[in-house]
Amino acid sequence: MTSKTLYQKLVDSHTVRTIDEQNVLLFCDLHLMNEYTSPQAFTGLDERNIKVPMPGQNVSVVSHIIPTHPVAVRVISDKPSALQATNLAKNCSKHGIPLFDTNDAMQGIEHVVAPEHGMIRPGMVVICGDSHTTTYGALGALGFGIGTSEVEHVLATQTLVYRTAQNMRIRVNGVLPKGTTSKDLILMIIGQIGAQGARGFVVEFCGTAIDALSVEARFTLCNMTVEAGSRGALIAPDQTAIDYVLAKCPDIVGVTREHALSHWKDLYSDKDAEFEKEFTFDASNVEPHVTWGTSPDQVLPISGKVPTPIQVAPEFKRSTEQALAYTKLTAGDAIEGTPIQHVFIGSCTNARIEDLRAASGIVEGHKVAQGVRAMVVPGSGAVKQQAEKEGLDKIFIDAGFEWRKPGCSMCLAMNDDVLTDGTRCASTTNRNFEGRQGRGAITHLMSPAMAAAAAITGKITDVRHFGN
Amino acid sequence: MYAISETDMSTIKKIQGKATPIRIDNLDTDQIMPKQFLRGIDKSGLIEGLLYDLRFDTKGQIKPDFVLNQTKYKDANLMLGGSNFGCGSSREHAVWGLLQFGVKAIIAPSFAEIFYSNAMGNQLLLVSLPTEQVENLMQLAQRTDAPEIVIDVENSQVTCGDLDPMHFEISKRHQEMFLKGVDVVGMSLSYMDEINTFARKHWAREPWVKDVAALAKSRLA
Repeated sequence: MTSKTLYQKLVDSHTVRTIDEQNVLLFCDLHLMNEYTSPQAFTGLDERNIKVPMPGQNVSVVSHIIPTHPVAVRVISDKPSALQATNLAKNCSKHGIPLFDTNDAMQGIEHVVAPEHGMIRPGMVVICGDSHTTTYGALGALGFGIGTSEVEHVLATQTLVYRTAQNMRIRVNGVLPKGTTSKDLILMIIGQIGAQGARGFVVEFCGTAIDALSVEARFTLCNMTVEAGSRGALIAPDQTAIDYVLAKCPDIVGVTREHALSHWKDLYSDKDAEFEKEFTFDASNVEPHVTWGTSPDQVLPISGKVPTPIQVAPEFKRSTEQALAYTKLTAGDAIEGTPIQHVFIGSCTNARIEDLRAASGIVEGHKVAQGVRAMVVPGSGAVKQQAEKEGLDKIFIDAGFEWRKPGCSMCLAMNDDVLTDGTRCASTTNRNFEGRQGRGAITHLMSPAMAAAAAITGKITDVRHFGN
Repeated sequence: MYAISETDMSTIKKIQGKATPIRIDNLDTDQIMPKQFLRGIDKSGLIEGLLYDLRFDTKGQIKPDFVLNQTKYKDANLMLGGSNFGCGSSREHAVWGLLQFGVKAIIAPSFAEIFYSNAMGNQLLLVSLPTEQVENLMQLAQRTDAPEIVIDVENSQVTCGDLDPMHFEISKRHQEMFLKGVDVVGMSLSYMDEINTFARKHWAREPWVKDVAALAKSRLA
């Protein structure tokens, strides 16, 4: 038997047939859909006059266009957006696909909802018309994003024509220091390997720093690995992952449980498995990280200074100049102390309960700085309920935060949570692209604790020294 | 009209024309097709949204300085781009918008993965060439007497003026999608028996993944 990486094992166990040297027909265990990347795919099915063959392996969520105002019953007032939601409900009902609709108590962002209700299990292949589907690698499931044509393909056949990726391993030794999180770690890694450093690869993370992460912290790590251009992220499921899964999956009991545990034991890369590319990092010196530019790899440790176009490698000169022009920062200035006007805590990257606990821990007993608007948008109904049970909502509201309903919200500003031109935002999201949070708005990516500290001081702040 | 769904694929052996040079690295799909144009349930109207913030100012007026607005490039049907073109969101609207705008092919040093699959699946040809070669093509494209760029899909080769022919990588499958106009969904539907057989065996091995979504949702009811 030849040695295989975990990635190769997952591809092999889902290969229906080999198409050619590069492509296989890949079976997809779970297909997640949202309201905006699926409509044209359903239309394609209608044109072919076919029904979804395995509806129970599919699920839909209204997530991207939904308003997050704290009202009892949500109404989508934007007409085209409302049509996307009703159209999704119509399509799901027609094909028998489960749906978390606008006013479902458990509605939320697809990548928060799916794992919290036990839909993600080790060894699965999970796909979605959304790039952040890499999240599920945290549980040893191969997840990746697809376009709408491929959504149609999966709906029609529960498979994908899949071009296999190369294998990359990123080992992270040491343990993350206090005040830093997996968000800081992945921002550091993206900064080191670049926004296309993992293009063509599925990245497997390993090492003591990864072992020490909670499952939710691993979600954040794998979620943002796509920002290095990767086609997937994986962490071999260990006891931490399995405990999480079993707690969410009441159906996996008795004989099934024994069967599943023995199956999941094989989900690791063989000792001699070959990785085409490997990196090793040390977590013990990682600082809190903040982006300064318009690509997630334009990132600095909090003690860092905004780079000058001359300092960077020649191939980055142009993008550095363009980014500085957009973010209105001065080369050579410290990133710490940069004034912000908005704080957004939310998104599929950082809107889970542990994220809200971390942020509320900083906020407690303080007030949002004058001139700053700060909001928390929980990742899902379940996260929101749990936070309210723990009284976190009260901490945020008392400090002057807006406590919103779940959705993608200002991560991509497809609903009415849009920043105005020139507004600078401390954001727990995943992309600092030009105009992402609103035309002319400037995004600084950071961890929930860092964003919380920025809300209180009104400027980018080193959370390690906050309150000293 | 352009081929915008897999069912109306045509055959494409060669693409030629003038090119617009867009000197931006990491040109992400949020910029290619901004959020406010993603609210439809069909593929219409995306021509307006293409690179909106670069083409129009905040008042909706044309920005004359941006290359796509310059008369010199008004007949261009190709684009020359920076590295990591199409990074970010998986939104296929970016590809539909480019096609509706009349773009037939893009040449750049590198493309993001999901964008690449989306584009090739819609017969928007993406050609990756070394940075220096893209730069040479940009220099030529900027001339008033810019020669046409010819992309030969069959021989995977780009030619332009006096430049030496440039070879590019394209997988056999993608090449056939252009040369033969393959309906991918239709082809995979012909494997449905095989897929059903696979699923039965797969679920016998891992019964806990069968109906994983439906069962999770029903547990919440």
